[in-house]
Order: sequence, then C-alpha cells, then structure tokens
Amino acid sequence: MAEKILMKGNEAIAISAIRNGVDGYFGYPITPQSEVMETLMKEKPWETTGMVVLQAESETSSINMVYGGASCGKKVMTSSSSPGVSLMCEGISYMAGAELPCVVVDVMRGGPGLGTIQPSQSDYNQIVKGGGHGDYHNIVIAPASAQDMYDFVDWGFELAFKYRNPVVVLADGIIGQMMEKVEMHPMKPRRTDKEILETAPWATTGKPSTRERNIITSLSLDADIQERFNRKLKDKYRIIEETEVKYSEYMTEDAEYLFVAFGCSSRICEAVVDELRADGIKAGLLRPITLYPFPKDEIARLGRQVKSMMSVELNLGQMVEDVRLAVNGTCPVYFYGRQGGNIYTPEEIVAEFRKANGMA
Amino acid sequence: MSISIEEIKKPENIVYRKPALLTDNVMHYCPGCSHGTVHKLVAEVIEEMGIQDKTIGVCPVGCSVFAYNYIDIDWQEAAHGRAPALATATKRLCPDKYVFTYQGDGDLASIGTAEIIHACGRGENIVVIFINNGIYGMTGGQMAPTTLIGMKTATTPYGRDPKLNGFPLVIADMLAHLDGTAYITRQSVHTAPAARKAKSAIRKAFEYSQKGIGLSFVEIVSTCNSGWKMSPVDANKWMVEHMFAKYPIGDIKDVLNDK
Amino acid sequence: MAFKGIIEVDTQRCKGCSVCVVNCPTKSIQLSKMVNGKGYHYAEMTGDGCIGCSSCAVVCPDSVITVYRVKI
Repeated sequence: MAEKILMKGNEAIAISAIRNGVDGYFGYPITPQSEVMETLMKEKPWETTGMVVLQAESETSSINMVYGGASCGKKVMTSSSSPGVSLMCEGISYMAGAELPCVVVDVMRGGPGLGTIQPSQSDYNQIVKGGGHGDYHNIVIAPASAQDMYDFVDWGFELAFKYRNPVVVLADGIIGQMMEKVEMHPMKPRRTDKEILETAPWATTGKPSTRERNIITSLSLDADIQERFNRKLKDKYRIIEETEVKYSEYMTEDAEYLFVAFGCSSRICEAVVDELRADGIKAGLLRPITLYPFPKDEIARLGRQVKSMMSVELNLGQMVEDVRLAVNGTCPVYFYGRQGGNIYTPEEIVAEFRKANGMA
Repeated sequence: MSISIEEIKKPENIVYRKPALLTDNVMHYCPGCSHGTVHKLVAEVIEEMGIQDKTIGVCPVGCSVFAYNYIDIDWQEAAHGRAPALATATKRLCPDKYVFTYQGDGDLASIGTAEIIHACGRGENIVVIFINNGIYGMTGGQMAPTTLIGMKTATTPYGRDPKLNGFPLVIADMLAHLDGTAYITRQSVHTAPAARKAKSAIRKAFEYSQKGIGLSFVEIVSTCNSGWKMSPVDANKWMVEHMFAKYPIGDIKDVLNDK
Repeated sequence: MAFKGIIEVDTQRCKGCSVCVVNCPTKSIQLSKMVNGKGYHYAEMTGDGCIGCSSCAVVCPDSVITVYRVKI
C-alpha cells in the first residue's frame, strides 16, 4: 500500500512536483501559498532529481521564467495567490498565444486589490474567463483536498502537454493551508533530453542542421494569419470541451434540488446535502472538477431533473453565471456566497436554501 | 600590373560575405539601422564558434522583435522587457546551451529594468546584447529612459527636460556595480574598426557565458535615424558627437582581466 | 605588397543608406543613379581604387556586400 503522509495542501504541491518529474519551479512569496516554495527549498530537489527551484524578483518575472522554461519543452510551474496571479496574467496570455504548456497554481485569497489573506474563490472569472488579454482559455482544474493538490500537479502537466496550453490549478486558502493525509504515488523520473525532443519537437533546444529553427512566439502582424491562429485555438478548445470535462456528483440520482460548488465549497455542500436529506429533502451536489471546460451538459441535464439549483461560492456570484447559462432557464438558479475570507457553515447554507426555495 | 574584374571575382578570392547563419529574409529595419549590423555580428560569432545547435536567443518587444526572422537559430519571443527572465530559466534548465537576449533601450532600460537588474544580481550565465539608440523605434520615436537631455522625440517635442522627464539612465554603469556581472562593455558599429571591436566583445561575452562567472552585457550605442529624423550618415555623426559623451565607448568591467 | 579588390552588391536588397560610402577609405563606392525594385539608389563600386579591405561590408546593416581581393 502506498505511503500516506500528513501535510498541508501547499506542501503537497511541492512534494508532488518533485515526485512527478517536474523540471523547474519559479515563484515569488505570497500568502497563503508561500509553503510551496519553502517546501521545495527545504527539500533541495536539485540534489536529487535535478529539478531547478528559483525565487524570482516578482510574479511577473516568475511567470516569464516559466515561459522560458516551457519554451525549452521542460515541465515548469509556478504558484501564487490572487494579487500575484494578476501580475502573471500578462505571461499567461503570452503562453496561451505561444501555445506553451505550464502549470500555474493559484491559491486564491480575497480581493479586489490587496484584499485579505483569507480564503476566497473570487478569481473564478479572472482565471476561467481569461485574466490576460486576447481570445484564450486556461484549462482550469479545481482541487478540493490536499490529495487533489498532490494529484492535480501531474494531471495538470498531462493536460498542459497534451494541448500545449497553460493549466491553472485553482485552489483557495483553505485547500492550501489545511492538513490531510496524502497518498504518495510511485515517483516519476524527469524526462530525458531525448524524451523532450520526442514529446516537444517544437521546443527551443538548439537548432541542429536537420530541422528548421524553432521559434516560440505569439506575434503575427498579419490579420489573416492571426485570425487563422485564433480559429486554430478555437478548434483546440472545442476538443478540450468535448474530451476533458470532469466533475463529481453526490446524491444526484434522485435529487430534486441541486447544489453546484467547487473546491472547498463542494466539501461544505456535501454536509449540506446530508443535513437536508436527513430532513427528507432530496438534495444533491455537483462539483465541477474542471472549471474550464465547464460541465455544462451534465448541469443542463440536471436542470431538467431538479426543481432548483443553488451555486455556492466564496465570492459575489461568479460561477453561478455559467450554471445559469448551462441550465438555460429550465429551472431557477439561486446563489449563496460569502466574501472577505469568511466561510459559510452548512447550517447557514441550509437556511439560505430554505429561504430561496420558499421552505422557511 | 593590370588584372581584370573577372580574374578577381572568383570564389577563392572572397574575403567577406554575408554569414551563412543570416537568413535570406530582407530585414524590415530602416536603411542604415544599427540592428542589421549587430544581427550580422551576432550571426558571425555564433557561426565562427560553431554553436548554432547550442544557442538559444530571446527577442524583445521593439524593432528587433523579429530578430528570429534573420538569424537561423532557435528563438523565444518574450513579452516587453521580460527577456532576461526567459533567458534565466532557459540557461538554468539547459546549462550547456549558450543563451542570449537581444534587447533595445525601451525594452531593457524602461519596462524591463527589474528583470535585467535581477538577472545581473543573480549572476545568470547569459549574454545580453543591449541596443541603446536613445529612443523607441517601433512605436514611432518616443522618449526612452536613455534619451539625452534636450533630445527631441515624439513625447518630448520640445526636447527632453529633466524637470519634466527626468535624467537618462546609464544602464551599463549601473549594472557594473552588481556582483553578478562578469563583463560589461559599451561598443558601437558605425565604422568598420568599431564593428570589429563590437564583434570581439560579443564573442568574449558568449565565451564568458560558459565559464560560470556571471552575466555578460554588451551595450551597442546605436542610431535610430528614422526616430532621430536624420540621414543614416548624419545619425552616425550625431551619435559620435552626442551619444558618446553620455555613453562612452569601451570596457566598463571584465572580471577576468580587471586588475 | 598591395591589394586589389572588387565588391559585389546585392542591389535588390541594398537600401542605399550610404554607410558603406562614408566608410570606404579609397572612396570607391557611390550610390547609383539607378534605383532598385524598392526605389533605393543602391551602392556600387566606382573607379578602380578598391583594395578589398571589407570596411564597407562590415558596416553594411543589410549584409548585401561581398568582397573579393587579390594580391598584386
């Protein structure tokens, strides 16, 4: 049986990076995710796997280091929290435009501005809808446990390289800070130079006489070329939407009321469903695991099954817009959220649910 | 002794030709632009060192954004000012490669000051080629941090006034103070002797980058005759008279040769 | 020992910037009265004073000059 170790979600990110053959981590300290780089520096993976770990002078620089590393076909990542990720959005847009694979971990805190250092989910729109400029999508995966933090690093790189696209692990301060047992999977070695040449023939690895030069760029001054590229991206996103949607369901089979929640909120909503079921109300929960691509078909199907839905988020109502789009008017979609780093209790959500559904 | 043109014009008598590493693409630069000359010198150095397959270049944003169209090596095109960050990761992840950035003064000395200073501070083993012509070229001749006092640009139409626009940054001298830099030099390419010296400096910088002694920085004081609104020849004269006074030519730091 | 040289200009790529003209120590280059496809007066050798020193080619931003030289 695989080893289980008690650790914080942030530490799980770091340990997973080392154990899954990541080539480089470039970061900048920011609460509530500083443990990621602290753990990496303590573990000194450059002495074992050869992984490069570097503290940059800013988030702007760290994402551009990721750009440089990804250009070489390496598995490179960074992590930050909301204000830092805002600085990274320029680089993420460039990487989407240059079709570079990378993993960015965003351990969200409350905003706008400097905001709070407490947990939040208020950057759903920023990360799922864009953040940087231009027509692009991040692939966004939302962990709900320390184990997810561990597993999603490897899954993130799998998606990033499969589609040559930035992947954002959209976590929050709760998932980053809480300690849970994490199962260690067998170690994966870093890819060899030969494997990189095979898996990333587009990478800047030094031009031999046997091929044309490789250029990593997001620039085209010709309108038709740019449009062709935009449509190529659109085709890629369509395949991602058809192929990579992932969600989990809890008691939805006979549900008459559905909660939709991601990350830490989905765990709280499980308790809400249990509480309502104990009162004889047939509630269920859908947890989107991929936020982009969004599980819109399943939510649409459930929209025809249930009497109402409630999107529960640690923000002013962001994902709820996507839920409503998916449902397309087939049932009412309510919203309940808390902000500023405050967390809802299951009882609080039950009360809001009853009020919204006229059961008070 | 008389000798006919046909007798001279034989392949074995060629003493200078376009380096093979320069592609056949016609450069988009204005007539007389220093970029073309510096591109050629970089191509010659890479060709003569035989490191085409070991070299990765990082382009800036600015006129030389398309450097990747002209030198036949692998290139990364960075966001404005961020080239040293890309080069940092590239060199650290691929330490056997020769990694260089090619940046203008708008890119390096303005929006990218944090990236260049910290790459120098960390002593990254990369080469930085810095084209300083005291103006933004591609966006249409606006003031750069390196614009001289009194110099007219699109955003200093009455001349750069220190009260309004501050003072020029003398970047190379600033970087020479940092412990992580190995070689800092300032060159030009307006005459053949100057271009030959600049080429030697670029070659030294590439060689130093494999010695693990820190960052090598080659500033090329250049012209932007379009931005300066002069003919290429007049721009070179103006550069010698005015730019060299603020940005004097010569080595500023060489850790392997300084006594 | 003396040298005799000639230059060959890729006239279609030359932008007529004149940097070669002022760098020639023997005044053996001028801009042509003719223009190329882009409308530039391209560089051309004039007279028989060229010594094949390559100064023109070294400073040429567009690398359009090939230099030949023989000892005479």
